[in-house]
Amino acid sequence: MSSTKELVIEMLNTLGVSVERLLSEDVARIQVHKNKIVGLHLVKGLRVEAEEIENGIEANVEVEENIKIEKPIHLCFGVMPEEGIQKVKLNLRAKEGSKSMILAHCTFPNAKNVKHLMEANIVIEANAQYAYFERHVHSPFGGVEVIPYASIYVGENAEFSTEFELINGSAGKIDFNYEVKADDKSKIEMVARISGVGKDIINLNEQIELRGRESAGVIATHIAVRDYSSANVKNVLTAIGPNAKGHVDCKEIVVGNAKATAVPVVSVLNPTAHVTHEAAIGSVDAKQLITLMTRGLTEEEATEVIIQGMLSKKHKWGEIIEKFLLPD
Amino acid sequence: MDEEKTILNVLDVHYLTQENLILKGISIDIWSGYIHAIVGPNGAGKSTLVSCIMGLPGYEIQKGKIIFDGEDITDLPVYDRARRGLTLAWQEPARFEGLKIKDFVLIGAKNKCHRKAEEVLDLVGLDPKKYLNRAVDKTLSGGERKRIELASIIAMEPKLILLDEPDSGIDIEALQKIFDLLELIKKQGITIVLITHSPVVLERADHAFLMCCGRILDKGSIERISNYFRSKCIPCDHNIPG
Repeated sequence: MSSTKELVIEMLNTLGVSVERLLSEDVARIQVHKNKIVGLHLVKGLRVEAEEIENGIEANVEVEENIKIEKPIHLCFGVMPEEGIQKVKLNLRAKEGSKSMILAHCTFPNAKNVKHLMEANIVIEANAQYAYFERHVHSPFGGVEVIPYASIYVGENAEFSTEFELINGSAGKIDFNYEVKADDKSKIEMVARISGVGKDIINLNEQIELRGRESAGVIATHIAVRDYSSANVKNVLTAIGPNAKGHVDCKEIVVGNAKATAVPVVSVLNPTAHVTHEAAIGSVDAKQLITLMTRGLTEEEATEVIIQGMLSKKHKWGEIIEKFLLPD
Repeated sequence: MDEEKTILNVLDVHYLTQENLILKGISIDIWSGYIHAIVGPNGAGKSTLVSCIMGLPGYEIQKGKIIFDGEDITDLPVYDRARRGLTLAWQEPARFEGLKIKDFVLIGAKNKCHRKAEEVLDLVGLDPKKYLNRAVDKTLSGGERKRIELASIIAMEPKLILLDEPDSGIDIEALQKIFDLLELIKKQGITIVLITHSPVVLERADHAFLMCCGRILDKGSIERISNYFRSKCIPCDHNIPG
């Protein structure tokens, strides 16, 4: 039986990043294994109340008014055994004028029958900036079920950015639902980068309601499905407020016997608002493929390079977090 | 040039689509270490010819042979030809979202170290500090993208480069940089075949082939081919019956 400290190290070692960096004094962290809080370290301006519930935890997190937390707050949710259920109920409030960034790792490296459920209620108050970058580490067996639901309110002139990355291991089954309501002059960016293999099933449902005047939102989804995996993506962007602007971008590469569908639903309910969308679904781009083959790569090798390139394209916060994770 | 070593022999190559005979028995010899040009009006079959030489999917020839560096490569797939030192740069290079320049330039490199990526970017006149971590995507200008393409090709240390329309989509300043680069590549002993319909590009070559309607009409010095091309092919004043 591992001690709590050993369990933390065991989880962090699966992430492929600098453990020292994540454990440094100036990095706030909450580490949860199954339904046990195995590590908690706070920094000034961050309040956390967490309790263990049946099969999981419930946490109330608050970033205080006008507080700027420089380093990402690290959340690590893990189930190390082959089987288990983990429920995470998260209530988060980024108070007015605050600035914070969360790096969340969800690690199930040995999973054969693991269920990870998340229910998040997030409120980003006026003039606050909040980014949430979630990276998953899964086993190659496909035995993970990930069901996240998040309801997010973004206040006036506030910024919310979220990036979900699952590009290593088998996705298993993902049923992803995010709903965002955006107030005046707020900015929202939602990015998902997911790789499906084997018999993985990926369902994504992301919605942004640009309710406020001059609010802006982007939904970007990059998915590669191989083998017999499937992806169903529904991106809904509704522009209601005057001069609201939005964009939906969905790219899905389909290889082998995989299947993909994408349903972009864009609605404009105000004549001064503007929404665009683009979608590219199907095989690998022939010109990219041939270019790489003229460098000596086989078709399979070239396809993998193109897929990895598309999936590794990090957005604004992803880049910042990547720099944070780099060793000195 | 008869005494020169031949790196590529194209022998009586025929290429037929479902409807048309596009290449009608092309034979050319490419001498090692020179810049050659294949010039001709639009529709002459120049790009089809390089696609056949490179062995791109859909460009399998029906008749003829392609000998590269003494070996018959007619039935080899693209990647095997590339591994033997034959490669192709497109007139409009592909963009790769998310793929970093430092990774792209090393894809076909024999030596895949970071220093090599810096070295080839330096060589094409792009500051490695500014470019290594950028993506090979839409944010690059046409000239930058072409130079990155050449950097990736130089890193391969190939024996022969097929360069399709090097002046396409770039301004005069960028084109001059490409010309300077071609000289540099030639000095490294790499053979270049330029595909062009531009007299300006043609004049950068050491030797030229004139192509029209799927045939080689003439070959020889740049002066002779250029004079003929300027006077007879712009616009094209004849049509060879199929």
